[in-house]
Amino acid sequence: MAEPWEEEEGPVKKFMFVNRKAPYGTIYALESLEVVLISAAFDQDVSLVFMDDGVYQIKKGQDSKGIGMKNFSPTYRALEGYDIEKLFVEKESMESRGLTAEDMIVPVEILSKDELTSLMEEQDVILTF
Amino acid sequence: MAMLHTVNKSPFEKRSLDGALSHAVNGAAILMIEDGIYGALKGTAISGKIEKSLATLKVYVLGPDLKARGMTEDQVIDGVTVVDYAGFVDLVTEYDKVQAWL
Amino acid sequence: MGIEVNGKTLEVDEEGYLADLNQWEPGVADIMAKLDDTTLTDAHWEVINFLREYYEEYQIAPAVRVLTKAIGKKLGADKGNSKYLYELFPYGPAKQACKYAGLPKPTGCV
Repeated sequence: MAEPWEEEEGPVKKFMFVNRKAPYGTIYALESLEVVLISAAFDQDVSLVFMDDGVYQIKKGQDSKGIGMKNFSPTYRALEGYDIEKLFVEKESMESRGLTAEDMIVPVEILSKDELTSLMEEQDVILTF
Repeated sequence: MAMLHTVNKSPFEKRSLDGALSHAVNGAAILMIEDGIYGALKGTAISGKIEKSLATLKVYVLGPDLKARGMTEDQVIDGVTVVDYAGFVDLVTEYDKVQAWL
Repeated sequence: MGIEVNGKTLEVDEEGYLADLNQWEPGVADIMAKLDDTTLTDAHWEVINFLREYYEEYQIAPAVRVLTKAIGKKLGADKGNSKYLYELFPYGPAKQACKYAGLPKPTGCV
């Protein structure tokens, strides 16, 4: 028996979520993640970009017990189960922060600023947080 | 009058750290907290600023904020002191005034 | 609002979800099920335990289709479908099972 979500066929748009803020200091990172999880219910072509301070959202080894806030970084690893597998990190942002792909909690594709610009041009909807 | 300048914004996004650094004189100290801790790390585009300031300033960073953001003490620039919340309180009492760069 | 579990009163929200995840114990699920006129079987517990493990790993309650797919992968295709899960949890597998497991309401549950 097919599941209900396998039967529906609507128009598929390319949605890109651009994450530009560090986690914890503001609510943007967590809010963006919530919107991404909800968007997964609509079977769209979703991609995530981490650029500027947004690259810090997926830094490995976060432990927020000491500041009394929830560590939501493990949730990025759940995205694969939501069929959200296109995760991009802007090379320039990562390098200026002394980070490498190895520092990321999830597998990501590293794109240069110019490659990212082209990818943005292809999107139907871009939501920046 | 020695002042403690706290910085709680990322130096990649805001000019709070620059503000604090340019106003820190006469035995002042800088304490990086919250998203400000990204200014205390080695090997970034802004590490040089802090490294240079260490010649004339004391620089501190709040440990729990480092840890929350996945950073370890050995990623902190040499010469920058990691403090805990009790150390934060000690600094506030040790200096004459606190100026918070938001 | 609260529910009585083993002599303790645990706070729940207006929809019956446990306010503090850390207060959960198996008795919580039994009491919540009783309030819904349900008796928990091993099949229910398989899903409840799965949800608790999922939350422990990812820090969220999964959306229903994610749960269905993941259950299928872990417990077999005969269990990884909504018919099976809705029979166990007629109020909706994600909502009802998450509630019994002490988890917050799943994100994206509309």
